[in-house]
Amino acid sequence: MAYRPETAKPLNELAEALLRDDDNSLSRGERELIGTYVSSLNDCFFCQNVHGSLAQHYLQCDMPYIDAIKTNPAATPLSDKLKALLSIAASVQKGGRSVTTAQIEAARRQGATDREIHDTVLIAAAFCMYNRYVDGLATWAPQDRQFYVDRAPRRAAEGYIDYDLHK
Amino acid sequence: MPYIEVNNDFAGIRGLMAFRPETAEPLGALANILLRDTEGLSPAERELIATHVSYLNDCYYCHNSHGEIACYYLDGNRELVDQVRKNYEQAPISAKLKALLAIAGKVQQSGRSVTPADIGRARQEGATDKDIHDTVLIAAAFCLFNRYVDGLGATTPTDLSTYAPRAKQIAERGYGNHIFSSPQPA
Repeated sequence: MAYRPETAKPLNELAEALLRDDDNSLSRGERELIGTYVSSLNDCFFCQNVHGSLAQHYLQCDMPYIDAIKTNPAATPLSDKLKALLSIAASVQKGGRSVTTAQIEAARRQGATDREIHDTVLIAAAFCMYNRYVDGLATWAPQDRQFYVDRAPRRAAEGYIDYDLHK
Repeated sequence: MPYIEVNNDFAGIRGLMAFRPETAEPLGALANILLRDTEGLSPAERELIATHVSYLNDCYYCHNSHGEIACYYLDGNRELVDQVRKNYEQAPISAKLKALLAIAGKVQQSGRSVTPADIGRARQEGATDKDIHDTVLIAAAFCLFNRYVDGLGATTPTDLSTYAPRAKQIAERGYGNHIFSSPQPA
């Protein structure tokens, strides 16, 4: 991102609008979980730790709980609505055409709105971009997972617009 | 019919962008920089990379939309666009663009599929760091756009003659908000 600030700007603005803007009926924690789950399915170490740590911060939970969600959201105490949205996100990760009408209907039955379904699909799609960008250019990522946990509160407070890995 | 009620009849991603202008803004800005920058790769080459990735992702709306924009830049050479979609190694394009399309194809599978050998081949054919960066990000961005369009079942016109007027509009005016706020060209 530092290499090409012209593209970093809309990439950061998209993350801010999707993940952090409070004009949203999905909480920041729920949206970060969708990003974390998709990043885990895409096997992107950097993104699943940055966003997993943010989800952990917002949800006030611990790392094993985040890891349990990544492994199998259906087996966790998440709301049925969020489980239905995570199932849509997992299909988007495979390919847009993998999403089924039945999945959309299941999410609606659990109370998901059109806007929530829209945002879930776009968050999942966006992480299919961010993950590929990070790994496709083989960017450097700290291996100590605590590094990301330590930085999450500041990231949550300051947002994505001036994103700097080391702050 | 889209899976959600978008309250408009714009085609493809335009209907989704009109539904959620807050996210449409950065998506449009990203497309403008990645696909219309004239430094390094040409707009035609950028659209060809987008078309190839969209074809690999089996996104009918995107590979036809961007294929048509590439075609506009290439003075109507639809045959070349189709070759790049399906069999670029045999297409009459530069060795550099072939090497970049190979990287784009890897990114389409996964970021982790790109190898140092893929990057080495592109460099050997004269690709700069910026060319490689932009190729990876164009390919990654179309892994977003394609999933956004098909994941929400966006309206996909099947009459291919309707793609040319929209392509002309983009080629001449770019990817700004006008693509979902002004009447659609016919």
